[in-house]
Amino acid sequence: MSSILRFTRDHEWVKVDGAAASVGISVHAVGELGDVIFVELPAVGDTVAQGGKIAVVESVKAASDVFSPVAGKVVEVNETLSDNPAMLNEDPMGEAWIAKLKIENTADLDGLMNSEQYEKYLKEASH
Amino acid sequence: MTELRRTPLFEAHEQLGGKIIDFGGWALPVQYTGILDEHRAVRERAGLFDVSHMGEIMFEGPQAFAAIQHLLVNDCSGMEMHQVLYSPMCYPDGGVVDDLIVYKLGDQRFLLVVNASNAGKDFDWMSKNIVGFDVSAVNISADMAQIAIQGPAAQDILQRNTTTDLNTLKFFYCAPDTNIAGRKCLVSRTGYTGEDGFEIYCAPADARHIWDTLLASGADSGLIPAGLGARDTLRFEAALPLYGHELSAEISPLEAGLGFFVKLGKDEFIGKDALVAQKAHGLARKLAGIELVDRGVPRQGYTVLSGGAPIGHVTSGVFSPTLQKGLALALIPPEYAKAGTELALDIRGKACAARVVKIPFYKKAYRKE
Repeated sequence: MSSILRFTRDHEWVKVDGAAASVGISVHAVGELGDVIFVELPAVGDTVAQGGKIAVVESVKAASDVFSPVAGKVVEVNETLSDNPAMLNEDPMGEAWIAKLKIENTADLDGLMNSEQYEKYLKEASH
Repeated sequence: MTELRRTPLFEAHEQLGGKIIDFGGWALPVQYTGILDEHRAVRERAGLFDVSHMGEIMFEGPQAFAAIQHLLVNDCSGMEMHQVLYSPMCYPDGGVVDDLIVYKLGDQRFLLVVNASNAGKDFDWMSKNIVGFDVSAVNISADMAQIAIQGPAAQDILQRNTTTDLNTLKFFYCAPDTNIAGRKCLVSRTGYTGEDGFEIYCAPADARHIWDTLLASGADSGLIPAGLGARDTLRFEAALPLYGHELSAEISPLEAGLGFFVKLGKDEFIGKDALVAQKAHGLARKLAGIELVDRGVPRQGYTVLSGGAPIGHVTSGVFSPTLQKGLALALIPPEYAKAGTELALDIRGKACAARVVKIPFYKKAYRKE
Protein backbone atom coordinates (compact mmCIF):
# COMPACT_ATOMS: atom_id res chain seq x y z
CA MET A 1 0.00 0.00 0.00
CA SER A 2 1.46 3.34 -0.96
CA SER A 3 1.35 6.37 1.29
CA ILE A 4 0.67 9.95 0.29
CA LEU A 5 2.85 12.79 1.59
CA ARG A 6 1.62 16.38 1.36
CA PHE A 7 2.82 19.75 2.68
CA THR A 8 1.14 23.01 3.71
CA ARG A 9 2.41 26.50 3.03
CA ASP A 10 3.00 26.78 6.80
CA HIS A 11 5.48 23.88 6.61
CA GLU A 12 3.41 21.12 8.16
CA TRP A 13 3.32 17.69 6.54
CA VAL A 14 0.72 14.98 6.48
CA LYS A 15 1.36 11.37 5.55
CA VAL A 16 -1.67 9.26 4.79
CA ASP A 17 -1.67 5.47 5.00
CA GLY A 18 -5.22 4.30 4.51
CA ALA A 19 -7.45 6.13 6.99
CA ALA A 20 -4.64 7.13 9.37
CA ALA A 21 -2.85 10.41 8.80
CA SER A 22 0.38 11.33 10.62
CA VAL A 23 1.04 15.03 11.02
CA GLY A 24 4.31 16.80 11.67
CA ILE A 25 6.47 19.74 10.69
CA SER A 26 9.01 19.87 7.88
CA VAL A 27 12.79 19.86 7.96
CA HIS A 28 12.64 23.47 6.77
CA ALA A 29 10.34 24.46 9.66
CA VAL A 30 12.65 22.84 12.19
CA GLY A 31 15.61 24.62 10.64
CA GLU A 32 13.84 27.94 11.04
CA LEU A 33 12.81 27.23 14.63
CA GLY A 34 16.19 26.10 15.90
CA ASP A 35 16.49 24.01 19.07
CA VAL A 36 13.07 22.66 20.05
CA ILE A 37 12.63 22.55 23.82
CA PHE A 38 8.95 21.80 24.35
CA VAL A 39 6.02 20.42 22.40
CA GLU A 40 2.45 20.99 23.55
CA LEU A 41 0.58 17.98 22.16
CA PRO A 42 -3.15 17.67 21.53
CA ALA A 43 -5.21 15.13 23.49
CA VAL A 44 -6.38 11.86 22.02
CA GLY A 45 -10.02 12.35 21.06
CA ASP A 46 -9.64 16.03 20.11
CA THR A 47 -11.13 16.98 16.80
CA VAL A 48 -9.34 19.48 14.60
CA ALA A 49 -10.44 21.39 11.54
CA GLN A 50 -8.25 21.68 8.46
CA GLY A 51 -5.95 24.61 9.25
CA GLY A 52 -6.91 24.43 12.94
CA LYS A 53 -4.30 24.49 15.69
CA ILE A 54 -3.14 21.01 16.62
CA ALA A 55 0.03 21.62 18.64
CA VAL A 56 2.50 24.24 19.81
CA VAL A 57 6.21 23.81 19.20
CA GLU A 58 8.46 25.91 21.41
CA SER A 59 12.01 26.64 20.42
CA VAL A 60 14.45 28.58 22.58
CA LYS A 61 13.29 31.82 21.00
CA ALA A 62 9.57 31.46 20.38
CA ALA A 63 6.36 29.47 20.58
CA SER A 64 4.93 28.48 17.20
CA ASP A 65 1.50 27.07 16.46
CA VAL A 66 1.25 23.96 14.34
CA PHE A 67 -1.85 23.84 12.13
CA SER A 68 -3.35 20.59 10.99
CA PRO A 69 -3.11 19.99 7.24
CA VAL A 70 -6.32 17.99 7.35
CA ALA A 71 -9.49 17.77 9.44
CA GLY A 72 -9.94 14.77 11.68
CA LYS A 73 -9.98 13.19 15.11
CA VAL A 74 -6.74 12.70 17.06
CA VAL A 75 -6.24 8.96 17.58
CA GLU A 76 -2.64 8.97 18.82
CA VAL A 77 -0.08 11.53 20.00
CA ASN A 78 3.69 11.13 20.04
CA GLU A 79 4.33 11.11 23.80
CA THR A 80 8.05 10.62 23.14
CA LEU A 81 8.18 14.30 22.22
CA SER A 82 7.18 15.24 25.78
CA ASP A 83 10.32 13.69 27.18
CA ASN A 84 12.57 14.29 24.21
CA PRO A 85 11.46 17.41 22.28
CA ALA A 86 14.91 17.62 20.65
CA MET A 87 13.87 14.57 18.56
CA LEU A 88 12.00 17.09 16.41
CA ASN A 89 15.33 18.61 15.41
CA GLU A 90 16.76 15.20 14.59
CA ASP A 91 14.00 13.46 12.67
CA PRO A 92 11.05 15.77 11.99
CA MET A 93 9.79 13.76 9.00
CA GLY A 94 10.06 10.37 10.68
CA GLU A 95 10.25 9.44 14.37
CA ALA A 96 9.17 12.92 15.46
CA TRP A 97 5.65 12.93 14.03
CA ILE A 98 3.37 14.92 16.30
CA ALA A 99 -0.06 13.30 16.09
CA LYS A 100 -2.04 10.74 14.13
CA LEU A 101 -5.50 11.62 12.92
CA LYS A 102 -8.43 9.67 11.63
CA ILE A 103 -8.83 11.69 8.48
CA GLU A 104 -12.36 12.89 7.76
CA ASN A 105 -12.15 13.75 4.12
CA THR A 106 -9.33 12.80 1.77
CA ALA A 107 -10.35 15.75 -0.42
CA ASP A 108 -8.50 17.88 2.18
CA LEU A 109 -5.31 16.64 0.54
CA ASP A 110 -6.17 18.17 -2.83
CA GLY A 111 -5.14 21.70 -1.93
CA LEU A 112 -1.81 20.65 -0.44
CA MET A 113 1.59 20.44 -2.11
CA ASN A 114 3.42 17.24 -3.02
CA SER A 115 7.15 16.94 -2.31
CA GLU A 116 8.28 18.50 -5.61
CA GLN A 117 5.83 21.38 -5.33
CA TYR A 118 6.94 21.99 -1.75
CA GLU A 119 10.63 22.03 -2.72
CA LYS A 120 9.81 24.54 -5.42
CA TYR A 121 7.78 26.62 -2.95
CA LEU A 122 10.74 26.70 -0.54
CA LYS A 123 13.10 27.79 -3.32
CA GLU A 124 10.79 30.59 -4.37
CA ALA A 125 10.22 31.71 -0.78
CA SER A 126 13.96 31.99 -0.20
CA HIS A 127 14.32 34.64 -2.93
CA MET B 1 11.94 47.61 4.01
CA THR B 2 14.90 49.60 5.19
CA GLU B 3 18.33 48.14 4.65
CA LEU B 4 19.66 46.45 7.79
CA ARG B 5 22.85 47.87 9.24
CA ARG B 6 25.87 45.60 9.11
CA THR B 7 28.74 45.28 11.54
CA PRO B 8 32.32 44.88 10.23
CA LEU B 9 31.90 41.16 10.95
CA PHE B 10 28.84 40.58 8.78
CA GLU B 11 30.74 38.59 6.16
CA ALA B 12 32.39 36.49 8.85
CA HIS B 13 28.96 35.56 10.22
CA GLU B 14 27.77 34.52 6.78
CA GLN B 15 30.88 32.45 6.15
CA LEU B 16 30.47 30.75 9.54
CA GLY B 17 26.89 29.80 8.69
CA GLY B 18 25.33 32.27 11.10
CA LYS B 19 21.56 32.60 10.84
CA ILE B 20 21.12 36.31 10.28
CA ILE B 21 18.12 38.14 11.73
CA ASP B 22 16.93 41.72 12.01
CA PHE B 23 17.97 42.73 15.50
CA GLY B 24 16.73 46.26 16.09
CA GLY B 25 17.70 47.25 12.56
CA TRP B 26 21.02 45.36 12.61
CA ALA B 27 21.77 42.26 10.58
CA LEU B 28 23.24 39.97 13.24
CA PRO B 29 23.48 36.21 13.82
CA VAL B 30 20.91 34.77 16.22
CA GLN B 31 22.84 31.48 16.15
CA TYR B 32 25.43 29.46 14.24
CA THR B 33 25.23 25.77 15.25
CA GLY B 34 22.37 26.26 17.73
CA ILE B 35 21.51 28.35 20.76
CA LEU B 36 21.78 25.48 23.24
CA ASP B 37 25.14 24.39 21.88
CA GLU B 38 26.51 27.93 22.00
CA HIS B 39 25.06 28.51 25.47
CA ARG B 40 26.77 25.38 26.76
CA ALA B 41 30.06 26.34 25.12
CA VAL B 42 30.08 29.66 27.01
CA ARG B 43 29.27 28.01 30.35
CA GLU B 44 31.82 25.23 29.91
CA ARG B 45 34.52 26.59 27.57
CA ALA B 46 34.24 29.88 25.66
CA GLY B 47 32.13 31.73 23.12
CA LEU B 48 32.93 34.65 20.83
CA PHE B 49 30.25 37.31 20.28
CA ASP B 50 30.03 40.18 17.84
CA VAL B 51 28.56 43.05 19.85
CA SER B 52 29.64 45.80 17.47
CA HIS B 53 26.06 47.05 17.36
CA MET B 54 26.38 48.44 20.89
CA GLY B 55 26.52 52.24 21.08
CA GLU B 56 29.54 54.19 22.34
CA ILE B 57 29.40 57.79 23.50
CA MET B 58 32.53 59.66 24.61
CA PHE B 59 32.30 62.38 27.24
CA GLU B 60 35.27 64.73 27.36
CA GLY B 61 35.90 68.07 29.03
CA PRO B 62 36.35 69.82 32.38
CA GLN B 63 32.80 68.94 33.41
CA ALA B 64 32.61 65.45 31.94
CA PHE B 65 32.38 63.97 35.42
CA ALA B 66 29.70 66.44 36.57
CA ALA B 67 27.69 65.72 33.44
CA ILE B 68 27.62 61.95 33.90
CA GLN B 69 26.87 62.36 37.62
CA HIS B 70 23.84 64.42 36.57
CA LEU B 71 22.71 61.85 34.00
CA LEU B 72 23.29 58.58 35.85
CA VAL B 73 21.66 57.16 38.97
CA ASN B 74 24.83 55.37 40.08
CA ASP B 75 27.64 57.31 41.75
CA CYS B 76 30.79 57.64 39.66
CA SER B 77 32.69 59.58 42.33
CA GLY B 78 34.45 56.53 43.71
CA MET B 79 35.62 55.30 40.34
CA GLU B 80 39.30 54.55 39.99
CA MET B 81 41.16 55.16 36.76
CA HIS B 82 40.20 52.45 34.24
CA GLN B 83 37.37 51.21 36.39
CA VAL B 84 34.06 50.26 34.78
CA LEU B 85 30.67 50.95 36.39
CA TYR B 86 27.13 49.83 35.57
CA SER B 87 24.33 52.37 35.84
CA PRO B 88 20.75 52.92 34.78
CA MET B 89 19.94 56.36 33.34
CA CYS B 90 16.50 57.68 34.29
CA TYR B 91 13.81 60.12 33.27
CA PRO B 92 12.62 62.62 35.90
CA ASP B 93 9.73 60.26 36.78
CA GLY B 94 12.13 57.40 37.57
CA GLY B 95 11.46 55.41 34.38
CA VAL B 96 14.58 54.16 32.62
CA VAL B 97 16.03 55.80 29.49
CA ASP B 98 18.62 53.03 29.22
CA ASP B 99 21.14 51.06 31.22
CA LEU B 100 24.81 51.38 30.36
CA ILE B 101 28.37 50.92 31.48
CA VAL B 102 30.82 53.77 32.08
CA TYR B 103 34.56 53.50 31.52
CA LYS B 104 36.76 55.99 33.33
CA LEU B 105 39.54 56.69 30.84
CA GLY B 106 40.74 59.93 32.39
CA ASP B 107 39.69 62.52 34.95
CA GLN B 108 37.93 64.38 32.16
CA ARG B 109 37.25 61.44 29.86
CA PHE B 110 34.53 58.80 30.16
CA LEU B 111 33.29 56.25 27.65
CA LEU B 112 29.61 55.29 27.93
CA VAL B 113 28.49 52.05 26.29
CA VAL B 114 24.76 51.89 25.65
CA ASN B 115 22.25 49.49 24.12
CA ALA B 116 22.28 49.45 20.33
CA SER B 117 18.58 50.06 19.91
CA ASN B 118 18.71 53.01 22.31
CA ALA B 119 21.91 54.66 21.08
CA GLY B 120 20.20 57.44 19.13
CA LYS B 121 17.62 58.10 21.85
CA ASP B 122 20.31 58.08 24.54
CA PHE B 123 22.54 60.48 22.66
CA ASP B 124 19.65 62.90 22.16
CA TRP B 125 18.68 62.62 25.83
CA MET B 126 22.23 63.15 27.01
CA SER B 127 22.83 66.09 24.65
CA LYS B 128 19.64 67.80 25.79
CA ASN B 129 20.41 67.35 29.47
CA ILE B 130 24.05 68.43 29.53
CA VAL B 131 23.44 71.89 28.10
CA GLY B 132 25.32 74.25 30.40
CA PHE B 133 28.01 71.71 31.26
CA ASP B 134 31.49 72.28 29.88
CA VAL B 135 31.69 68.90 28.18
CA SER B 136 31.52 67.47 24.70
CA ALA B 137 29.54 64.28 24.16
CA VAL B 138 30.29 62.55 20.88
CA ASN B 139 28.53 59.50 19.50
CA ILE B 140 31.48 57.39 18.32
CA SER B 141 29.46 54.21 17.72
CA ALA B 142 30.35 54.10 14.04
CA ASP B 143 34.08 54.22 14.85
CA MET B 144 34.06 51.26 17.20
CA ALA B 145 33.59 47.55 16.81
CA GLN B 146 33.16 45.32 19.83
CA ILE B 147 33.88 41.64 20.35
CA ALA B 148 33.14 39.73 23.54
CA ILE B 149 34.95 36.55 24.53
CA GLN B 150 33.16 34.86 27.41
CA GLY B 151 33.52 31.67 29.39
CA PRO B 152 35.97 29.87 31.69
CA ALA B 153 38.56 29.49 28.90
CA ALA B 154 38.29 33.12 27.76
CA GLN B 155 41.33 34.36 29.66
CA ASP B 156 43.65 31.59 28.44
CA ILE B 157 42.60 32.11 24.84
CA LEU B 158 42.90 35.88 24.95
CA GLN B 159 46.26 35.67 26.75
CA ARG B 160 47.72 33.82 23.76
CA ASN B 161 47.08 36.92 21.69
CA THR B 162 48.27 39.72 23.96
CA THR B 163 51.33 40.66 25.99
CA THR B 164 49.17 42.42 28.60
CA ASP B 165 49.07 40.24 31.72
CA LEU B 166 45.37 39.51 32.03
CA ASN B 167 45.86 38.24 35.59
CA THR B 168 46.27 41.87 36.61
CA LEU B 169 43.00 42.93 34.96
CA LYS B 170 40.32 42.86 37.65
CA PHE B 171 36.57 42.33 37.22
CA PHE B 172 34.97 45.53 35.90
CA TYR B 173 38.27 47.20 35.03
CA CYS B 174 39.71 47.93 31.62
CA ALA B 175 43.12 48.09 29.98
CA PRO B 176 43.19 50.73 27.24
CA ASP B 177 45.85 50.52 24.52
CA THR B 178 46.11 46.76 24.79
CA ASN B 179 47.60 45.03 21.80
CA ILE B 180 45.50 42.06 20.72
CA ALA B 181 46.50 40.05 17.67
CA GLY B 182 48.73 42.97 16.71
CA ARG B 183 45.95 45.55 16.81
CA LYS B 184 45.30 48.32 19.30
CA CYS B 185 42.26 47.67 21.49
CA LEU B 186 40.61 48.62 24.73
CA VAL B 187 39.93 45.48 26.76
CA SER B 188 37.72 45.18 29.83
CA ARG B 189 36.92 42.29 32.13
CA THR B 190 33.19 42.64 31.62
CA GLY B 191 30.39 40.81 29.87
CA TYR B 192 26.75 39.94 29.75
CA THR B 193 26.75 36.19 30.21
CA GLY B 194 27.29 35.51 33.89
CA GLU B 195 30.74 34.10 33.06
CA ASP B 196 34.22 35.47 33.39
CA GLY B 197 35.17 37.15 30.15
CA PHE B 198 36.36 40.15 28.23
CA GLU B 199 34.95 42.81 25.97
CA ILE B 200 37.28 44.10 23.27
CA TYR B 201 36.77 47.48 21.62
CA CYS B 202 38.65 48.07 18.39
CA ALA B 203 38.61 49.98 15.13
CA PRO B 204 36.03 48.55 12.68
CA ALA B 205 38.85 47.86 10.20
CA ASP B 206 40.61 45.63 12.76
CA ALA B 207 37.57 43.66 13.87
CA ARG B 208 37.77 40.88 11.28
CA HIS B 209 41.44 40.19 11.94
CA ILE B 210 40.91 40.03 15.69
CA TRP B 211 37.78 37.86 15.31
CA ASP B 212 39.51 35.38 12.99
CA THR B 213 42.67 35.26 15.09
CA LEU B 214 40.81 34.57 18.32
CA LEU B 215 38.59 31.92 16.74
CA ALA B 216 41.61 30.13 15.25
CA SER B 217 43.73 30.26 18.38
CA GLY B 218 40.84 29.28 20.65
CA ALA B 219 39.56 26.39 18.59
CA ASP B 220 41.56 23.78 20.52
CA SER B 221 40.10 25.15 23.77
CA GLY B 222 36.58 24.77 22.46
CA LEU B 223 35.96 28.41 21.53
CA ILE B 224 33.05 28.78 19.10
CA PRO B 225 31.22 31.79 17.71
CA ALA B 226 28.00 32.48 19.61
CA GLY B 227 24.96 34.45 18.52
CA LEU B 228 22.43 36.76 20.09
CA GLY B 229 20.17 33.85 21.04
CA ALA B 230 22.75 32.42 23.43
CA ARG B 231 23.61 35.90 24.65
CA ASP B 232 19.98 36.25 25.74
CA THR B 233 19.65 32.86 27.47
CA LEU B 234 23.00 33.40 29.21
CA ARG B 235 22.15 36.88 30.48
CA PHE B 236 18.74 35.62 31.56
CA GLU B 237 20.14 32.82 33.74
CA ALA B 238 22.41 35.38 35.38
CA ALA B 239 19.30 37.61 35.83
CA LEU B 240 21.05 40.50 34.07
CA PRO B 241 18.37 42.99 33.00
CA LEU B 242 17.56 43.64 29.36
CA TYR B 243 16.15 46.95 28.24
CA GLY B 244 12.62 46.53 26.89
CA HIS B 245 12.09 43.59 29.24
CA GLU B 246 13.22 44.17 32.83
CA LEU B 247 13.79 47.88 32.25
CA SER B 248 11.82 50.48 30.33
CA ALA B 249 10.39 53.98 30.59
CA GLU B 250 7.58 52.36 32.61
CA ILE B 251 9.79 50.39 35.01
CA SER B 252 12.04 52.02 37.59
CA PRO B 253 15.46 50.61 38.48
CA LEU B 254 14.22 50.05 42.04
CA GLU B 255 11.36 47.88 40.77
CA ALA B 256 13.84 46.01 38.58
CA GLY B 257 15.83 45.09 41.68
CA LEU B 258 18.72 47.39 40.78
CA GLY B 259 18.61 49.39 44.02
CA PHE B 260 22.29 48.68 44.55
CA PHE B 261 23.05 50.81 41.48
CA VAL B 262 20.75 53.67 42.51
CA LYS B 263 22.67 55.98 44.83
CA LEU B 264 19.96 58.06 46.47
CA GLY B 265 22.56 59.65 48.73
CA LYS B 266 24.11 61.42 45.74
CA ASP B 267 23.55 65.21 45.69
CA GLU B 268 21.54 65.37 42.53
CA PHE B 269 20.69 63.36 39.42
CA ILE B 270 17.81 63.14 36.98
CA GLY B 271 15.05 61.05 38.52
CA LYS B 272 16.30 61.34 42.10
CA ASP B 273 13.14 62.91 43.55
CA ALA B 274 10.87 60.31 41.97
CA LEU B 275 13.07 57.42 43.10
CA VAL B 276 13.39 58.80 46.65
CA ALA B 277 9.57 59.07 46.82
CA GLN B 278 9.14 55.58 45.39
CA LYS B 279 11.44 54.13 47.99
CA ALA B 280 9.72 56.07 50.80
CA HIS B 281 6.26 54.90 49.76
CA GLY B 282 7.33 51.32 49.21
CA LEU B 283 7.46 49.59 45.85
CA ALA B 284 4.20 48.50 44.24
CA ARG B 285 5.98 45.70 42.39
CA LYS B 286 9.35 44.10 42.20
CA LEU B 287 11.25 41.76 39.95
CA ALA B 288 11.13 38.14 41.07
CA GLY B 289 12.42 34.87 39.73
CA ILE B 290 9.81 32.24 38.95
CA GLU B 291 10.29 28.59 38.10
CA LEU B 292 7.64 26.65 36.31
CA VAL B 293 6.58 23.50 38.14
CA ASP B 294 4.44 22.24 35.25
CA ARG B 295 6.06 21.67 31.89
CA GLY B 296 6.21 24.62 29.56
CA VAL B 297 8.13 27.67 28.53
CA PRO B 298 7.41 31.09 30.04
CA ARG B 299 7.53 34.04 27.63
CA GLN B 300 7.54 37.81 27.97
CA GLY B 301 4.06 39.20 28.58
CA TYR B 302 2.54 36.10 30.17
CA THR B 303 0.29 36.87 33.15
CA VAL B 304 1.33 35.78 36.64
CA LEU B 305 -1.56 34.43 38.70
CA SER B 306 -2.13 33.94 42.41
CA GLY B 307 -5.25 32.05 43.38
CA GLY B 308 -6.46 32.48 39.81
CA ALA B 309 -6.20 36.30 39.89
CA PRO B 310 -3.66 38.23 37.79
CA ILE B 311 -0.94 39.88 39.90
CA GLY B 312 1.74 40.77 37.35
CA HIS B 313 3.52 39.81 34.16
CA VAL B 314 6.60 38.03 32.89
CA THR B 315 9.37 40.35 31.65
CA SER B 316 11.59 37.57 30.25
CA GLY B 317 11.20 33.83 30.16
CA VAL B 318 13.18 30.93 28.79
CA PHE B 319 13.69 27.24 29.04
CA SER B 320 16.98 27.40 30.94
CA PRO B 321 19.65 25.41 29.12
CA THR B 322 21.77 25.11 32.26
CA LEU B 323 19.00 24.32 34.76
CA GLN B 324 16.73 22.47 32.31
CA LYS B 325 13.46 24.07 33.35
CA GLY B 326 11.13 26.89 32.43
CA LEU B 327 12.21 30.05 34.23
CA ALA B 328 10.86 33.58 34.24
CA LEU B 329 11.59 37.03 35.54
CA ALA B 330 8.35 38.78 36.47
CA LEU B 331 7.17 42.04 37.97
CA ILE B 332 4.83 41.23 40.86
CA PRO B 333 3.75 42.86 44.14
CA PRO B 334 6.47 42.44 46.81
CA GLU B 335 4.18 40.41 49.08
CA TYR B 336 4.21 37.61 46.50
CA ALA B 337 7.93 37.82 45.75
CA LYS B 338 9.23 35.69 48.60
CA ALA B 339 11.05 32.51 47.56
CA GLY B 340 8.77 29.49 47.80
CA THR B 341 5.52 31.39 47.14
CA GLU B 342 3.20 29.24 45.02
CA LEU B 343 1.95 31.05 41.92
CA ALA B 344 0.82 30.15 38.41
CA LEU B 345 1.56 31.38 34.90
CA ASP B 346 -1.16 31.75 32.30
CA ILE B 347 0.23 29.89 29.31
CA ARG B 348 -2.20 30.04 26.39
CA GLY B 349 -5.18 30.07 28.73
CA LYS B 350 -3.94 27.33 31.04
CA ALA B 351 -2.84 28.07 34.61
CA CYS B 352 0.54 26.32 34.92
CA ALA B 353 1.88 25.80 38.45
CA ALA B 354 4.94 27.88 39.31
CA ARG B 355 6.84 29.08 42.35
CA VAL B 356 9.06 31.98 43.30
CA VAL B 357 12.79 31.21 43.41
CA LYS B 358 15.84 33.29 44.21
CA ILE B 359 17.66 35.17 41.47
CA PRO B 360 20.09 34.98 39.82
CA PHE B 361 19.09 31.54 38.63
CA TYR B 362 22.72 30.84 37.81
CA LYS B 363 25.65 32.31 39.67
CA LYS B 364 29.31 31.98 38.95
CA ALA B 365 32.08 33.18 41.22
CA TYR B 366 33.86 36.00 39.39
CA ARG B 367 37.51 36.82 39.90
CA LYS B 368 37.33 39.93 42.06
CA GLU B 369 40.83 40.23 43.44
